[in-house]
Amino acid sequence: MNCCSNKPVIGLIAGEKLCKAHFIEYFESKVFKTIRQFDLIGKEEHLGVALSGGKDSLTLLHLLSKLSKQNPKIKLTAIAINEGIHGYRDKTLAAAEKFCKKNSVPLHIYSYEEEFGMPLDNMLKALDVKPCTICGIFRRYLLNKKSRELGFTKLATGHNLDDEAQSIVMNEFKNNVQASARLGPKAGINSNKKFVQRIKPLYLCTEKEVTVYAFVNGLLDNFNECPNVAKSYRAQVRDMLNNFENENPGTKYAIINSFLQILPDLKKRFKGEQADYCKSCGEPAAKDKCNACIFAERLEKAKLRAV
Amino acid sequence: MKLKVFYDRENREKTVELGNNATIKDLLKKMGINPVTVIVSKNDDVILEDQKLKDKDDIKIISVISGG
Ligand code: SF4
Ligand SMILES: [Zn+2]
Ligand SMILES: [Zn+2]
Repeated sequence: MNCCSNKPVIGLIAGEKLCKAHFIEYFESKVFKTIRQFDLIGKEEHLGVALSGGKDSLTLLHLLSKLSKQNPKIKLTAIAINEGIHGYRDKTLAAAEKFCKKNSVPLHIYSYEEEFGMPLDNMLKALDVKPCTICGIFRRYLLNKKSRELGFTKLATGHNLDDEAQSIVMNEFKNNVQASARLGPKAGINSNKKFVQRIKPLYLCTEKEVTVYAFVNGLLDNFNECPNVAKSYRAQVRDMLNNFENENPGTKYAIINSFLQILPDLKKRFKGEQADYCKSCGEPAAKDKCNACIFAERLEKAKLRAV
Repeated sequence: MKLKVFYDRENREKTVELGNNATIKDLLKKMGINPVTVIVSKNDDVILEDQKLKDKDDIKIISVISGG
């Protein structure tokens, strides 16, 4: 079934084929509906937008810029993390900088090298850890701390439906229900005052939809992939889900929809978690020390051993 | 027909031979690519999998997966 006589650019799971203009309308109204349905953005906000320079975060910033132009009480500031991944992040950050300049959005960049003493590439030489584990811990730490220091009322991230479906299945496979309680369109730990609420406006958009939207709006840069991603557990789950989706269309939507039904119960059950603060840095923590400080200490020890 | 196809994830152009009346779907199958993971553009327009291909079409396969 076609939307009109114009050439279609995408086929939806439900069978409908949309032309460029109708797809843009469909995509934007889906995102704005997600924002309303889950109450992601209030009347007055200073939103941080986590920018990686990839298609998801650029699409997010593009849409939030539209929103902010219509609502002057919604202020936007972009924040980016330079992990220090040679040949990868330097390229995506260049795209992020270009976009922010063109759209007059202020951008703050923080690097692992400045904040933790060395780039991720070197951390991986110093410690025998899974790249995405340490990378993710430091990124979440910095994003939260800097978002709070910059005065953001919320932090918007470009996570899409595919990312979320992967996270749900990963937590399931690792028997990590507590981590799933932190997912959802409004993510994170509410019980902690130092925690900046994270929101995911692209929550109900598939990766394919985001790519088509980015393509037709000229937001798509050359393909760029982190050299560490192939080794990750997430990539395994992603490939498995995509193969399954190909055989059984609608699987990823089903994962999200069933998850949304149990999410309120999960949030209730783990309400009091991570209400504490790290004894060494003061940031939110589940135990005496936050994960970032634990890894920073391990790095320090590895450095001492090396000299 | 013979087609020149650019696949961004591998960052290279490949020549692919297909029967007449072949579609994008046939092309992806031949290249071993899961259609869920890509979008395809022809002469800079996004097109759907059921589209028929012609000799000399300028085809780009664009990966949809996030880079990390
Ligand atoms: S793929 Fe892993 S190592 Fe690469 S940026 Fe993402 S979390 Fe970091
Ligand atoms: Zn139309
Ligand atoms: Zn700490």
